[in-house]
Amino acid sequence: MVMGEFTQETDLLVIGGGPGGYAAAFRAADLGMDVTMVEADPGPGGVCLFRGCIPAKTLLYVTELMHDSRRASEMGIAFAEPEIDLSRLREWKDKVIDRLARGLVELTKRRGILFIQGTATLEDSSHARVQNAGSSHIRFKHAIIATGSSTRTLAGAQFKPGGRVMDSTGALELADIPKRLLVVGGGFVGLETGSVYASLGSKVVLVEFDGQLMRGIDSDLSKPLVARLEGLFESISFNTDVTSIKEGESGVDVTFSGEIEEKNQRFDRVLAAVGRTPNSQGIGLENTKVKVNERGFIIVDQQRRTTDDKIFAVGDVTGGAMLAHKAMHEGKVAAEVISGMPSAFDFQAIPAVLYTDPQIAVCGLSEEEAKRRGRNVKVTRFPWSASGRAVSMGVAQGMTKMIIDPGSQRVLGVGIVGREAGEMISEGVLAIEMGALAEDIGMSIHPHPTLSETEEEAAEAFLGSSTHILPQRRAGAGRDSPA
Amino acid sequence: MPVEFKLPDLGEGIHEGEIIEVLVHVGDKVEDGQTVLVVETDKAAAEIPSPVTGTVKEIRVRPGQTVRVGEVLIVFLKEGEIEEETKAPPPKPPEGKRETRLPAQKEKKEEAPAEKTEEISRETEAEKLPANPLEGPVAAAPSTRRLARELGIDINQVKPSGPGGRVTPEDVRAFAEGARRPEAEKAAPEAKIPPGPPLERGGEKEPPEPSEPIALPQFDRAGPIERIPLRSVRRTIAKHVAVAWSQIPHVTHMDVADLTELEAFRGKHKQQVEAQGGALSLTVFAVKAAEAALKKFPRFNSSIDMESEEIIIKHYHNIGFAVDTDRGLLVPVIRDVDCKSIFDLAVELKTLAEKTRQGQATNDDLSGGTFTITNIGPMGGTGFSPIINYPEVAILGLAQARLQPMVVGDEKDYEIVPRLMLPLNVTFDHRVLDGAEAARFLRIIIEMLENPENLLMMS
Repeated sequence: MVMGEFTQETDLLVIGGGPGGYAAAFRAADLGMDVTMVEADPGPGGVCLFRGCIPAKTLLYVTELMHDSRRASEMGIAFAEPEIDLSRLREWKDKVIDRLARGLVELTKRRGILFIQGTATLEDSSHARVQNAGSSHIRFKHAIIATGSSTRTLAGAQFKPGGRVMDSTGALELADIPKRLLVVGGGFVGLETGSVYASLGSKVVLVEFDGQLMRGIDSDLSKPLVARLEGLFESISFNTDVTSIKEGESGVDVTFSGEIEEKNQRFDRVLAAVGRTPNSQGIGLENTKVKVNERGFIIVDQQRRTTDDKIFAVGDVTGGAMLAHKAMHEGKVAAEVISGMPSAFDFQAIPAVLYTDPQIAVCGLSEEEAKRRGRNVKVTRFPWSASGRAVSMGVAQGMTKMIIDPGSQRVLGVGIVGREAGEMISEGVLAIEMGALAEDIGMSIHPHPTLSETEEEAAEAFLGSSTHILPQRRAGAGRDSPA
Repeated sequence: MPVEFKLPDLGEGIHEGEIIEVLVHVGDKVEDGQTVLVVETDKAAAEIPSPVTGTVKEIRVRPGQTVRVGEVLIVFLKEGEIEEETKAPPPKPPEGKRETRLPAQKEKKEEAPAEKTEEISRETEAEKLPANPLEGPVAAAPSTRRLARELGIDINQVKPSGPGGRVTPEDVRAFAEGARRPEAEKAAPEAKIPPGPPLERGGEKEPPEPSEPIALPQFDRAGPIERIPLRSVRRTIAKHVAVAWSQIPHVTHMDVADLTELEAFRGKHKQQVEAQGGALSLTVFAVKAAEAALKKFPRFNSSIDMESEEIIIKHYHNIGFAVDTDRGLLVPVIRDVDCKSIFDLAVELKTLAEKTRQGQATNDDLSGGTFTITNIGPMGGTGFSPIINYPEVAILGLAQARLQPMVVGDEKDYEIVPRLMLPLNVTFDHRVLDGAEAARFLRIIIEMLENPENLLMMS
């Protein structure tokens, strides 16, 4: 410690200002704690706001608009082919981010949270050093680590700012519209970002190491999306691996192995979307009793407490689903536990949404997972071709399914593919959290005509009371069916 | 094949325990015999060792949860089985195949389509489901689960009344009430003392419970309060003394013993005993003295069976002594005191007391008693009325010995001398014993203590 250095005291030090960090900081401040938040960005928001969810969804919405303008001709409204002004699109995206960022700054100030731009290193279980313009020393009663995760690199290639090999951050900057874009990885980021670029005019080549896209999603849900992406992308190759990447002046030369036909190809840009690693290095964990697992994720219990009593951790850095909404809830639990409340992260269903067109949204147990575990479930599906709303919107390819426990009739999982799936999944989450039965959903009146009715009907299909599906045992028994 | 590790039999009469600590995480490598869990039963904390060398595949319990013998706690994969397991279709990729991949991609599959802030990783799929996937989500609303945590209740223990096995807030509250006032009706038929030795306190059969308490006022209206869940040892004590107090008509008979001689005797032999690893405390002599009295009055070494209307006399003398521990009052038992000398007892008592304070007493150490001694003396006190350690029928209480001015001689010819006087008492079950017997019983103990040679002569 430097002579005469001033040590700041705080009840709670939050390291990282992403959704997990700021949700924790806000909750803690509301519970009466003195909170200090340290974040490398100029304000709270994290990857989600500045380089992830928000910019991605802004662009995906735009591509959806373009898609709608084209298909409107089918309904008798013809638009001219959209003209893309990339700099204005970037401006719009930045404006969205800026507006939300200013909101978070305001909320931070109003709560009396001390925000320090910089990076924090833990010195022991109660001290941290913050490197910023100057350097400051903080003594804390508790700390919450919310340092998030970073994109994995690809075949040794580094992500350079402005480079042709990009991670999702680089891709969302939207530097240009590459003629040919290679997307490596068929997970959420690969598909979403690939969709954006393909819609903006890039020829997108997607390679996936695995034999399928969107692992973890039931194949009947991914099917309509895969069909659409096959039309949107130049090609999708499975069981294909990138063996080398050479970034040159005018392009990137990539060699592949596996099922892809052309083993040597040149692209204008490459997007690496092969997963994320926890940011658990360089924050001084070794000076504390905090332990990480063999993959670098911080080990925590249900209260989000690490192996060091005074230190908690939330979000991506602790592993599990790398989802902003999960991190936020974890942050709140940590803040509440620190303030002495008996909280626990005991959520039963964490929803996940793929914001492509069509969207996919899931929560709880999937059909394939149930099968893998040998669990007996009843699966019901409601095809959107029977939904008045979906047909009138021209999105009849969607489907809503429900995974139900045949004994107790409890809803165990919900999956939706189609327009606005993300907006509708919360009913499934609520049902699972409440321990609701199929009957509870089936007997709740849903407005007609809406897409949300498909959830009611999927539940009713289990009960045999769906209006728009023929009950199986009666199918064909015309005598009983009212005309 | 994964190994399902179930809660082993923890010893006589123990059917369940509370998980205090889970020392491993999913994916951890464990050695055969390595401690993986700490379970606390009504009587002691037990460290549960891993039965295999391998990897933790699944943990089905969490701290605070009550588990029964035979319940699956942890699923292990034996060493060398990891590969077989990972060959199952959707989970992590086969080990062998990975070698063909580049470093970056190699790791990718382990995390599934994990990217960005809004992604699912496969690891998560497993994580977001409850510990035992086959049981599905907890059938209770988040607010109900929070209520349970506030009341310090494991929601999995609550009997649901809602449709589809849903636990309602009312169920949780009723369960909490029950924990405070353990179901009188349910336990009533089991009120009888289990036949055959050894009798245990807090054993498998819960004795009858006291009647319904009067509803508590809303304390938080008057000021801030804190609710501390009644757990393990504290809970057991609470139930146990409530039963004893409400079942047994207690009478306490008090007297005083002159320990001046004994103190001199103790001073003379103290070092000798210490050299043998013992401690020549007053309790040691009291155990020996009590044994003499129990021999003479066997009814103090009995239990009462109200159902069969019988008094059960025990022909063995196992004397428990109360030990104040961090976790609460525990009563370790010295078996067959009649076969042990003062020196034996001095060593055993010290060892057993230390073991108990360190939380290492086994269920055997803490059960099978027939009579109890409680010595509050070191902490002070001129007298007190202990509660009988149900289903025993009497307890010997020792207060603090103090130098007192005593009158020696008669009215005409006396002198006042300082003597070391010990207030002591015997509390007895008036259903089995009467005051006169208790007075005689205590008299024997006093005589023994006042004449230490007698104690030595015994064995």
